[in-house]
Amino acid sequence: MAADSKSVKMADGAVKSGGSAGQAAKAGTVPTLEVKNLSISFGGLKAVDGFNVVIEKGQLYGLIGPNGAGKTTVFNLLTGVYKPDTGVILLDGKNITGRKTIEINQEGIARTFQNIRLFKELSVLDNVKVGLHNHHKYSTLEGILRLPSFYKVEKEMNERAMELLSVFDLDKECDYKASNLPYGKQRKLEIARALATDPKLLLLDEPAAGMNPNETAELMETIRFVREKFNMTILLIEHDMKLVAGICERLTVLNFGQVLTQGETSEVLNDRRVITAYLGE
Amino acid sequence: MTKNKVRIQNAVTYGMVILFWVVIQVMDKTGHLSSLFKGLLVPLCMYAILAVSLNLTVGILGELSLGHAGFMCLGAFSGAFLTNCLETAVPSVGLRFFMALILGALVAGVFGLLIGIPVLRLKGDYLAIVTLAFGEIIKNLINVLYVGRDSNGFHFSMKDTTSLGMDKETGVVLIKGAQGITGTPRAATFTIGILLLLLTLFIVLNLIHSRTGRAIMSIRDNRIAAESIGINITKYKLMAFSISAALAGMAGVLYAHSLSTLKASSDNFGYNKSILILVFVVLGGLGNMRGSIIAAMLLTALPELLRGLNDYRMLIYAIVLIVMTIFNSSPKAIELRSVVMSKLRGGAKKEVA
Repeated sequence: MAADSKSVKMADGAVKSGGSAGQAAKAGTVPTLEVKNLSISFGGLKAVDGFNVVIEKGQLYGLIGPNGAGKTTVFNLLTGVYKPDTGVILLDGKNITGRKTIEINQEGIARTFQNIRLFKELSVLDNVKVGLHNHHKYSTLEGILRLPSFYKVEKEMNERAMELLSVFDLDKECDYKASNLPYGKQRKLEIARALATDPKLLLLDEPAAGMNPNETAELMETIRFVREKFNMTILLIEHDMKLVAGICERLTVLNFGQVLTQGETSEVLNDRRVITAYLGE
Repeated sequence: MTKNKVRIQNAVTYGMVILFWVVIQVMDKTGHLSSLFKGLLVPLCMYAILAVSLNLTVGILGELSLGHAGFMCLGAFSGAFLTNCLETAVPSVGLRFFMALILGALVAGVFGLLIGIPVLRLKGDYLAIVTLAFGEIIKNLINVLYVGRDSNGFHFSMKDTTSLGMDKETGVVLIKGAQGITGTPRAATFTIGILLLLLTLFIVLNLIHSRTGRAIMSIRDNRIAAESIGINITKYKLMAFSISAALAGMAGVLYAHSLSTLKASSDNFGYNKSILILVFVVLGGLGNMRGSIIAAMLLTALPELLRGLNDYRMLIYAIVLIVMTIFNSSPKAIELRSVVMSKLRGGAKKEVA
C-alpha cells in the first residue's frame, strides 16, 4: 500500500515538472483527458474520424492542422455541442461522452471560441461573474429580496472576479462594457471567464487569431502563467507556429478529420508528413 | 463604481415614480385635475407596469413576445373572478382585491411557464408569431367561457348560460361569455397603481442586478457562450418569461378592478394591445425600465390630453411617435446628441477655466 501511494505521488511530481508525461501514464495515474476513437460525420462527410488523444494533468497540448481538418469540431465534441457517432471521452477517468454542454462544463471542461463570444452588453466584471454562476450561489428570491446572503455572496463573487481579472491585467477595465475592450483584451477576458468556472481542462480555440506579434508574445506568457498559477491542463488549437512551438509540450496533427501524427512538439514539427500536409516546404 | 452607479440609477427611477405620485396628489388636492385625467391615472400605472414587465422579456431576455395582452387577460379574469366569488366569504373589498392580485399574478405566471416551454424553443420572428397566436387563443377562449356557481359548486361551459345546468334558485353566473364579468368592485386607485408599479420595479430591477439577471442577460448576449460556462438556458429563459407574464397578470387585475364590466374583447386584450405595449418598450429603450415607464405614461396620456384638438389628435400622436423614435434610436440622432452633449460639457469646462 505504502509503496503504491508513493509511486503515485512520484508520478504526480513528474507530471507537474512537465515533459515526461508519457512516463506518468505508464506509472498508472489517470490522465486529465483521454479520448478514444472519436468520430462524427455530417451528411456523409467524416468531419472527425477515429480521433485519439491522452492529455496528462498540467500538460500544455496543441492541436494543429490545415483549415477544415476538424479541429474545432473536436472541441465541439469535447464540450457536448455535438454528440459523437462513436468513441469515448474520459475526463479524469469519468465517462462524459454524450453529456450536455452545461453538464460537461460542470464536470470541468471550459473553452474559448475561435470567433470571440463575450457577453457584449455586460461589463467586464459581470462577464467573469457569470462564469462564477455555479460556484457562488443564492436563490432568485434571495436576490430579489436582497437578503443578507445576496450581499455576502455578491461580495465573494466580486472579490474572486477581481482576482481573476487582475491575473489578466484587466482589473482597471472592470467597469467597461465588454464590447468596448480592445481585441487582445477581449481574448484575455474570454480566458478569464472560462477559468472562472474552475475547470480541470481548458480548451483554447485559436487564442492568437488576429493578434499582432507583440500581442501573441504577451499571450504566450499569459498562457504559461495560467498553467503555472492554476496548475491547469490546456488543450489549444493554433495556427501560429511560433506560439505552438514556443509553449506546447505535445502536439496532435489533424488532417481530413484523421490524426496524422502525434507526439513531442519538436518531433512532430519535423515530421515529413506534417511538413507536406500542413507546414509547407 | 458601477455598483454605486446602478444604485443611483435605480433610486432616480423610484424617485421619479414617487414624485409623479406626489405631483398628482397635490394637483388633485388643489383641484387642478380634470375628471378626464383622473380617469386616466389607473391606466397610466397599468401600462407602465405592462411596459416594465414586457421589457424584462424583450430587453433583458432578448426575446420578442407579442402575447403580453394575453397574460394580462388571464390575470384580469382570474382576479375579477376571485373578487366576485368571495363576495360573501370575505366582506372586505381591500382584502379581496389583494388576494385577487396574488391569484392573477400566479395564474398568469403559471400559464407563462406552460406556454414558455414550447414557445421558447423558437427564436426571433418565429417566437413573436407564436406568442401572438397564444395571446389570441387565450383571449378567444375566455371570450366563450361561461362559469356559474350554485349550491352544488362550480359549473363550466363553452356554449351558453343555460348549458351550465345550474340550480335555478341558487345559481349565479360569474363569467358570462362575451359579456364577461360584471359587478367587480372598482377598488383600483391611483395610489394602489403606483404601489404596484413600485413593486414591479423592485422585482425587475433587483432581478436584473443579481446572479439570475446576469444569467438571463448572458443568454441574450450569447447563448452558446452562456451554455459553455454552465448556464442552464431553459431554466433562466422560462424564469424571465414567467415572471414577466406574472407581472402582466397583476396589471390585468388592476385593470379589472377599474372597470365595472370586464370583457375579453379585442379592444381590451387583442394583439393591438400587445403591440402597443411593445411600442412603449421599444420607444423607452430595450432594457431601460425608466424609459419604458416614461414612454408608457406619455403615450397613454397624450391622446386624452389632445382631445380638444379632435380631428388632429391621432395625427399628432403618430407624429410624436415618429419623432420620439427617431430621436431615441436613429444612429445619426444619437451621434448628434452625443456631439451636443460633449459641446455643452466642453463649454461648461471652458467657462470654469
